[in-house]
Amino acid sequence: MSAKPKLYYFAGRGKMESIRWLLAAAGVEFEEEFLETRDQYEKLLQGGSLLFQQVPMVEMDGMRMVQTRAILSYIAAKYNLYGKDLKERALIDMYVGGTDDLMGFILMFPFLSAEDKEKQCATIVQKATSRYFPVYEKVLKDHGQDFLVGNNFSWADVHLLEAILMVEEKKSDVLSGFPQLQAFKARISSIPTIKKFLEPGSQRKPVPDDKYVETVRRVLHMYYDVKAN
Amino acid sequence: MSGKPRLTYLNGRGRMESIRWLLAAAGVEFEEVYLETKEQYDKLIKDGFLLFQQVPLVEIDGMKMVQTRAIMSYIAGKYNLHGKDLKERALIDMYVEGISDLMQMILMFPFSPPDAKEKNLESIKERATNRYFPVFEKVLKQHGQDFLVGNKFSWADVQLMEAILAVEEKVPAVLSGFPQLQVFKTKMSNVPTIKKFLQPGSPRKPPPDAHYVETVLKVFKK
Repeated sequence: MSAKPKLYYFAGRGKMESIRWLLAAAGVEFEEEFLETRDQYEKLLQGGSLLFQQVPMVEMDGMRMVQTRAILSYIAAKYNLYGKDLKERALIDMYVGGTDDLMGFILMFPFLSAEDKEKQCATIVQKATSRYFPVYEKVLKDHGQDFLVGNNFSWADVHLLEAILMVEEKKSDVLSGFPQLQAFKARISSIPTIKKFLEPGSQRKPVPDDKYVETVRRVLHMYYDVKAN
Repeated sequence: MSGKPRLTYLNGRGRMESIRWLLAAAGVEFEEVYLETKEQYDKLIKDGFLLFQQVPLVEIDGMKMVQTRAIMSYIAGKYNLHGKDLKERALIDMYVEGISDLMQMILMFPFSPPDAKEKNLESIKERATNRYFPVFEKVLKQHGQDFLVGNKFSWADVQLMEAILAVEEKVPAVLSGFPQLQVFKTKMSNVPTIKKFLQPGSPRKPPPDAHYVETVLKVFKK
């Protein structure tokens, strides 16, 4: 196993993207192996590297980690992005839970029918502007600090920036009612590791397209008939 | 706020049940407030109790905690059920997340349309026997210890025990191919705090019925 973490997933965002963001934010270089064929996936399965037969899978520190949340928690803790104590960790976990739910609506978006896509887009924007963004706007306004938790850069900040950018891809002016979040977005984007990740040529993946959807379906033999939630 | 954690949810399992299990396993007494009407729920939102307008809500240590995973991580951390170091925590998290995927299927089951129930039940059986239970059977066989991680009782053991019982309610003979899990189930049943939780009169909730489904739909109606 190399010294660098190695990520096994499709060459696209999906559930792995939050992991790429967090590693990049922590300044950790990583390698990637992209799943393109069913054979590759079956080989991984037969080799026993996928604990629950699923990706994402990240090889790091002698472990073959699966389960996105477990992987993210491990990285956050290892690189001191998880707060200074149990209560800060609780806050970070709550905030990440919210942005995770929001990004969940976007995750399945590429797999929907054209008609459902339109409906889902409206849902994403509605949830973002009425349920999620107001929470973070208020948190930042109330304490007036640069970061969400404990006046220190954490996983919660990375995850929120990722969510903001993803929703903006669906509606570019979605932050218009949220001045704190606009300032937050500018601030976090200029953190050197994040700035680097946002530049062309980084390992950040583009908005999923039809080719990505095709690849996922071909490799996993799943997600043929996904309904909007 | 009293010393005890206070849980706000419907009077049924749903997403709160795993939290009840974990608190009980840790030997922590708690109070419960049951949502029965939409008005109660709307008031909670209006009064600013629900960060993302959702339950479960657990008031604990001066915090109004939401998000099931955040709540459970906090409880596990506080009561030493989250491993002794980062790597044990990673293992516990992996196991808990896997089991949680299985529990999600059971969670959604009462809400599936009548013509999908048979298919969904078959999926639960298939996933339990082919994807999830074999993993834990193997873990226990390989290290030969009583508990899943670090030779010590943890959140992972509680979550697996809850899942085994929940699947058995739907598929009674599901453990027939899993001798290690059968032994595990017996051992966990005898952990004093769990034994107490499994007795009648505990805060453990019964399997969801039609009344529960009705209440959920009524309280969360848009």
